[in-house]
Amino acid sequence: MDLLTLLQLLDSTLRLATPLLLACLAGLFSERAGIFDIGLEGKMLAAAFLSAAIAAVTGSVWLGLLAGIFASLLLSAIHGLASITFRGNQLISGVAINFLAAGLTVVIAQSWFAEGGRTPQLAGAARFNPITLPGAEALRDVPVLGPIYYELISGHTIIVYLALLIVPITAWVLFSTRFGLRLRAVGENPAAVDTAGISVVGLRFAAVAICGVLCGIAGAYLATALQAGFTKDMSAGRGYIALAALIFAKWRPVYCLWACLLFGFLQAIALRSDLIERVLQFNIQSQLLDALPYILTVVILAGFVGKAIPPRAGGEPYVKER
Amino acid sequence: MTLMHKLFGATAALALTAGAAMADPAIVFDLGGKFDKSFNESAFNGATRWAEETGGTFAEVELQSDAQREQALRRFAESGANPIVMAGFSFATPLGDVAGDYPDTKFVIIDAVVDAPNVQSIVFNEEQGSYLVGMMAAMASETGTVSFVGGMDIPLIRKFACGYAQGAKAANPDVTIIANMTGTTPAAWNDPVKGTELVLAQKSQGSDVVFQAAGGTGVGVLQAAADNDMLGIGVDANQNYMYPGSVLTSMLKRVDNAVYNSFIAGEAVEPGIQALGLEQEGVGYAMDEFNAELVSADMQAAVDAAAAQIIAGDITVHDYMSDESCPALSF
Repeated sequence: MDLLTLLQLLDSTLRLATPLLLACLAGLFSERAGIFDIGLEGKMLAAAFLSAAIAAVTGSVWLGLLAGIFASLLLSAIHGLASITFRGNQLISGVAINFLAAGLTVVIAQSWFAEGGRTPQLAGAARFNPITLPGAEALRDVPVLGPIYYELISGHTIIVYLALLIVPITAWVLFSTRFGLRLRAVGENPAAVDTAGISVVGLRFAAVAICGVLCGIAGAYLATALQAGFTKDMSAGRGYIALAALIFAKWRPVYCLWACLLFGFLQAIALRSDLIERVLQFNIQSQLLDALPYILTVVILAGFVGKAIPPRAGGEPYVKER
Repeated sequence: MTLMHKLFGATAALALTAGAAMADPAIVFDLGGKFDKSFNESAFNGATRWAEETGGTFAEVELQSDAQREQALRRFAESGANPIVMAGFSFATPLGDVAGDYPDTKFVIIDAVVDAPNVQSIVFNEEQGSYLVGMMAAMASETGTVSFVGGMDIPLIRKFACGYAQGAKAANPDVTIIANMTGTTPAAWNDPVKGTELVLAQKSQGSDVVFQAAGGTGVGVLQAAADNDMLGIGVDANQNYMYPGSVLTSMLKRVDNAVYNSFIAGEAVEPGIQALGLEQEGVGYAMDEFNAELVSADMQAAVDAAAAQIIAGDITVHDYMSDESCPALSF
């Protein structure tokens, strides 16, 4: 396998890992605060739809992105209302959000655009276009480093760089700020946080809102950067893979990055069965590669490789003692 | 809200007419939905054409889940609809269960074969149409490598790939053909992101023309082809207009004609198997103002000659589904 092929593979990995990474970090904030969220998939889908719809109507992808974040925040608010305010079951609320998003997006798209549950194709400024980093063209011919910079690092849409930037920010917010400490505490022992006179409900809503924003960016990335428009069910299970990545990463931001890159790499290599055959001299079924993220997660959960301990108060609605 | 209205309307119509004899035809769309710009939409267009030309009305329903197939068929049959047309190979099993219970109702299934005295099975010789677009792909390719993106990995889709590969080899014996499937679950029909990545992977292997038979995933395939200076080839319906100048042609599958003819025949639909190929104009390739500049006169002449030879029986295109193997391509 030559360098260029490897770079193309990693390039594809980065593109495929970005929506996973954003959704994974979204889940991280929510779950660290004690709110399990299997509605990542639905939020991404709703954001994908509204971002594409607004971008198509206004011609501005940035307005589309805002609209996508708004759609995702709206679903987050529903999840928060159901599971924080009314202390409902978080899993059921999440499932409901997934169904709601899957149905509503298609119905509204059909009603607005009458194109069979799609949005019109986006072009030009209505899409996130790849940006070439400064000097990429000039350095292209430098051996080894030139192609790496040109093929792999340069030439992505701005959201890819944004997603990578959010990883250290998340780590900093969670582990080095007062807000982060409280957020983690509320997921481990909300009673202690409450005793200290800090609002558990407020913190959890803040976490769910951050989750909404990140899912919104992930959805907008799918519809306006990777694709040029919304199609039915286009999130195709990426929200669930992000959840698997979150468990695989043991609820830690930097591990999330590696887990998502690994899962993205598995998806990318599954597309290149010819390479697998050339390198390994035998063929691996692409179905096996598609299933690997889940298999790895089960292995981690079963405790074979380290231990994945979820936030202790996760999934439990907080009831103030009287 | 039109979709909801239609669904409510269909349910209400069923409730009102249950028990009363009604010889209106009915059509059941598959999960892709009737505006999928492809297979189901083509079926819908055929039904609409019939309604416009004859002034008749027809009942319709769009399925929301696999579990509704048998239910939808039974409801239409009970309401007296005749014939009942269903678009999609997934109806084969439910129809096999239902057909015997309604011997006086005629059923038409498209894309699958059900052996029952009151069922007409319409299948298409997709390999013939795919052969023609495969020839065009090989002739349009400058790199000598062409590719295929399928949706779910099922024999029907392999049949497309196999015909395509044979056509490409016929036009250029040295051509390299890359074939990829999106997945093995129904989600593979709606994953445009993966479709795009597959095209990029194929491009890095040298392909510059890509044929898709992948439902909603195909939108991502054609998009990626347009974004990366490649040529795409549409499927089922004429998709040339989607990316003018970047779609070489579309492999037409005239599902609309099949539905239209069944509706015209009404209760007199003849049971048995009908295979629609080039000869019956069941398959073909699309030419219009959007791809006129992409297809040279030589190309068109060669393809038309091959089509004539296929009809005359001088060229036999191997059908993957006949023996689950393909001479031009290994999966």
